[in-house]
Amino acid sequence: MGDASEDRTAGAAAARRAVEAVWRIESARVIAGLARLLRDVGLAEDLAQDALVAALETWPKTGVPDNPGAWLMATGRRRAIDLIRRNRRLEDKQQELARDLAIQLAMGSADLDAALDDDIGDDLLSLIFTCCHPVLSTEARVALTLRMLGGLTTPEIARAYLVPESTVAQRIVRAKRTLAEAHVPFEAPTGADRTDRLGSVLEVVYLIFNEGYSATAGDDWLRPGLCEDALRFGRILAGLTPREPEVHGLVALMEIQASRTAARIGPSGEAVLLLDQDRARWDQMLIRRGLAALERAQDLGGAFGPYALQAAIAACHVRARTAADTDWERLAALYDALAQLAPSPVVQLNRAVAVSMAFGPQAGLDLVDVLESDGTLDGYHLLPSVRGDLLAKLGRLDEARADFERAAALTRNTRERDLLQQRAAECARGAAGH
Amino acid sequence: MRFMMFIYPGIEDEANWNPSAEDVAAMTAYNEKLTQAGVLLALDGLHPSAEGARVTYPGGKAKVTDGPFAEAKELIGGYWLIQAKSKEEAVEWASRCPCTEGAVVEVRRVFEMSDFPADVQEAATLSSTPPQQTASA
Repeated sequence: MGDASEDRTAGAAAARRAVEAVWRIESARVIAGLARLLRDVGLAEDLAQDALVAALETWPKTGVPDNPGAWLMATGRRRAIDLIRRNRRLEDKQQELARDLAIQLAMGSADLDAALDDDIGDDLLSLIFTCCHPVLSTEARVALTLRMLGGLTTPEIARAYLVPESTVAQRIVRAKRTLAEAHVPFEAPTGADRTDRLGSVLEVVYLIFNEGYSATAGDDWLRPGLCEDALRFGRILAGLTPREPEVHGLVALMEIQASRTAARIGPSGEAVLLLDQDRARWDQMLIRRGLAALERAQDLGGAFGPYALQAAIAACHVRARTAADTDWERLAALYDALAQLAPSPVVQLNRAVAVSMAFGPQAGLDLVDVLESDGTLDGYHLLPSVRGDLLAKLGRLDEARADFERAAALTRNTRERDLLQQRAAECARGAAGH
Repeated sequence: MRFMMFIYPGIEDEANWNPSAEDVAAMTAYNEKLTQAGVLLALDGLHPSAEGARVTYPGGKAKVTDGPFAEAKELIGGYWLIQAKSKEEAVEWASRCPCTEGAVVEVRRVFEMSDFPADVQEAATLSSTPPQQTASA
């Protein structure tokens, strides 16, 4: 008896996982298709969720249908029609839609052909742009994208972002309301604001990637899993907008960063800096994919887009067989271009390091001293850490020791603090020996 | 997670096999779906076994047998490498492969370094200089 009920429970769990797998593959397309019909992304997602519930009830008994996406879409559509019949507000919206269609017909608009085209690609792109609309807060954009494009559940998003489920649920409800109240049209922008809107989409995808990438501990697979989700979003976007160089630039950046995942963490869980990483652990397939994406971005004339430039910097590192083979002159030039495009003190600091490696420590120190006098990096331990390193190379050991001590006091990472204190002590010994 | 999907097309007469335009179109559409979904990492199709060889190791010494090989069920025709969240998702993708009766698609999860204990990871590090990139621009 007990065995039979355990079998049933195991069978039900397996059936549930199978339905969830279909959901992960189909949900974005179903939501996008329903959103085109209803012109309301929030409502489309609710109905798609209803379809998922119906699938969870039906498929374990009947088996997964041959075309599960079409099944979900048909179920969602039926619910939509039911809802339209019941809901006065929506009825008005439908009448509005019908009126729009009649006007387009009368004007012989080409839009109608596009509207009737069954190609889901346009709908998917509209969905992505809507989830990443600037009217929404960054957090809301991230949550909506993971949920609508990635098929993640609210608990999954909450676990990945280490926040309570209720917070995520609230963010999503509020985001849907904001989209409805702002009358955000369900479309991919084609006009002058397309570049800005695309920038917002890319920002969301890269934020999701970085959230996963900065999670050094692998105790919960959902956080590193965010990198895979972001990569998937990037690849989907590249397929939908193949002529946008920055999309390929972002994909290149993410593929190359992801290629170093296994080498970034040492045996006891400590972070390993790029130049100290075991390059044999870099994932050569992701590197190849990244370099290919970067080449596409450059072929499309986008070599100097911010993501393509960052990808070019990452590519410069992975092309070097050893840390000593690194082309520092090229890196210095790339950081220079990036600093002009997107001025940031952190980029400047990286540029100073590249310049010091290419043209000697004094050249790097000059740049670091400019940054130091700016004061924008006050409290950032890497500034005195880099400065100490350059001073040590120049044999100015007393000054170097002072900077290493300053850096050690600023870092919150104990391992890094040990290392900096060790370098300070070395400088002190060296200075005494002179 | 990564999964390898091996296809065993189950073709009885490998030497005289010619895919129809419809078959190729269906497989191309499938590959495009994998690409559009952002899950495809790599794929390849293989030449007939007549152009291949098998190396066995009787008594620990390598012995080469040239193709073709007779057992249609054992012949791999190609592979896909995909990224998926779960085995179920990989199996769902395999279920959508346009195959006819007799074909088999085997779904296997790819080992990742983190699946191994530390000493094995250490032993797996052969060299600190990776092979030169072929795709370097």
